[in-house]
Amino acid sequence: MGVAASAPAQTHASRALGAAFILKKALISAFVALVLFSLMIGIRTEAGPSGQLIYWTRFGELAAMVATVFGGSIIVELLRQWWGPVGTIRIVPPPVQKALAVARRAIAPLLLVFTFLVPVIFYDQRYILDLAILVLTYVMLGWGLNVVVGLAGLLDLGYVAFYAVGAYSYALLATNFGLSFWVCLPLAGILAAFWGMLLGFPVLRLRGDYLAIVTLAFGEIIRLVIINWQSLTGGPNGVSGIPRPTLFGIPLTPGDDGLAARLGIEFSPTHRIVFLFYLILAMALLTNWVTIRLRRLPIGRAWEALREDEVACRALGINTTTTKLTAFATGAMFGGLAGAFFATRQGFISPESFTFQESALVLAIVVLGGMGSQLGVALAALTMIGGFELFRGLDQYRMLVFGIAMVVLMIWRPRGLIGHRDPTVFLKRSHAISSDLVKEGHG
Amino acid sequence: MDYFAQQLINGFVLGSIYGLIAIGYTMVYGIVGMINFAHGDIFMIGGFIALISFLVLVSFGLTAVPLILLIVLLVSMAITALYGWTVERIAYRPLRHSFRLAPMLSAIGMSFVLSNYSQIAQGARVKPVPPIITGGYTLHASSGGFVVQLSNVQVVVVITTVVLLAIFTWLVARTRLGRDMRACEQDQTMAALLGVDVDRTISMTFVIGAALAAVAGMMYLLYYGLVDFFMGFVAGIKAFTAAVLGGIGSLPGAMLGGLAIGLIETLWSAYFSVEYKDVAAFSILIVVLIFLPTGLLGRPEVEKV
Repeated sequence: MGVAASAPAQTHASRALGAAFILKKALISAFVALVLFSLMIGIRTEAGPSGQLIYWTRFGELAAMVATVFGGSIIVELLRQWWGPVGTIRIVPPPVQKALAVARRAIAPLLLVFTFLVPVIFYDQRYILDLAILVLTYVMLGWGLNVVVGLAGLLDLGYVAFYAVGAYSYALLATNFGLSFWVCLPLAGILAAFWGMLLGFPVLRLRGDYLAIVTLAFGEIIRLVIINWQSLTGGPNGVSGIPRPTLFGIPLTPGDDGLAARLGIEFSPTHRIVFLFYLILAMALLTNWVTIRLRRLPIGRAWEALREDEVACRALGINTTTTKLTAFATGAMFGGLAGAFFATRQGFISPESFTFQESALVLAIVVLGGMGSQLGVALAALTMIGGFELFRGLDQYRMLVFGIAMVVLMIWRPRGLIGHRDPTVFLKRSHAISSDLVKEGHG
Repeated sequence: MDYFAQQLINGFVLGSIYGLIAIGYTMVYGIVGMINFAHGDIFMIGGFIALISFLVLVSFGLTAVPLILLIVLLVSMAITALYGWTVERIAYRPLRHSFRLAPMLSAIGMSFVLSNYSQIAQGARVKPVPPIITGGYTLHASSGGFVVQLSNVQVVVVITTVVLLAIFTWLVARTRLGRDMRACEQDQTMAALLGVDVDRTISMTFVIGAALAAVAGMMYLLYYGLVDFFMGFVAGIKAFTAAVLGGIGSLPGAMLGGLAIGLIETLWSAYFSVEYKDVAAFSILIVVLIFLPTGLLGRPEVEKV
């Protein structure tokens, strides 16, 4: 790459060589694309009216795709040769670095203040409020999974199972026994934590990718059981008519006993949305606060030690069994709480909301957030969910774009958006370290 | 007894398909040390390409079934292998020396890309094909009226699997490429110092794995008579389960694990409930890993401090 073009003094000949090189690369890419797309795009199959498969050709689309790959390959190669060498070595003058450091410290409080003001600023825009609630739900899920993956270094690909346990706990307890949201919320958390422990026991001895696949299988088992246990969960039809949350017993309805009537203000359906917004914000901040506090307690330190070196942990007398189990249980509890919130917000849940895609999305948020950085997770959730939302118009292409974004983001920033860590223990002064120095754990 | 024998045959055939996919997982894991999450979708792409090339060949007026099957096999192996190569080149090679989670997430992203790509390109509906290979043998007819049958499709699936496995074992054990692959598996840096082209070897591993997945996709098409864009996910997880069950990194283990998963799934559906067959397969994975963390034929991992 950049054999000729990146050299400072470019001769005419080397530029020509560069052009030939780029052209050759683009031609190879176009040829590969032609073979790849020849059957999949060039020919379209569909079941005909009599059930027999029929096909028709789409050579126009095929040619367009190959041309796109050819052009795209030239553009990518040009960008790589001309901007790549400059971009990789960033020489930032010290005053700018200092300003950046100040900005970095200011970003978290500013973001928090802005989040608090979102319902005030966008009071009339229901769409933005709904989107903000969704983003905050994923922020909470990300912070919950962060305990397991980012702090304890245990790879969990089935996190959505706990989200499902929380959602179904609340939905079933509320619809069958008429328990209120505020009673069910801790119950959902406890039940999810219990399931976290249950998952934790068999995987205590497993490491790395074995752990990944067992957690994935666990997530699928929970989903399949929910689908098939129709008498309890309603199967694929899900549970509907889940009660809306109340402000500690005061319903947010237009009736006489509703909040609006009691306060003597005019009823508006937006009140409920704003209430849900502050509810999930409080729950997410609780997750964050608990995580930050736990990191300073012996158990939090044990989690991070476990991530860095399990053998050393054992040698120092840390009980790895309880350390792992508490990590799983804590992460699962937050997932369960978020699930209960999800159920009460939607009013309807079905197994379709708890697929592997959700687990992958939350894991992507954690990894993109820099694994262990609380601010990074929040920013990553905003990026992923907000970006996902931008493509809502392109319904069909949404998941495709999401997949491409995941690949591109991983290649661009494998270490996540926030590439540094602030230690919780230090002698005199806290030095932020590059996250390259932080291990990702064995589990 | 006859019922059991029939289920045994069915399970064996299903297990061969899983085993073929599992080999791709186990080889990639052995060399690069990552779960190739997109492998299940490569299998799905293989099924689609087999279907499309079959349709085109039939519409050209070709009627000799063995010839059609041979051409379809070669075409789908070749194109799917190129898919495997492209996926490795785009999504995994730039992350080769990155930390462990990055290629895994990139692979999950690639899996979404592939399944949605084929949904957009070929539509979301299930694509049925009429039975291509018909007929079979009656092995045993009992007085109760139950007949144990071995269909020609099942014979073709098992024979293809066995032949490919033989070719493949020879490839790994006897050729230059196989030696390079085993060298890279042990120590990539040392292999590179001794003149092994590591990048090329890893690419070839993906190509071979994808070609075998294409064969599995075609066998799935022949056996079940349908493909759809979502079949890669569940088949992929089960095949990975098979690879882990057999001991990841071990080729005979992958085949053995595939057969075990196929048999468990078939017998469970036959005697207990069809709905919970996947739950059974996954539960057995968890149980095996508790008691045999390295799988059936895997080497215990030496923990270095």
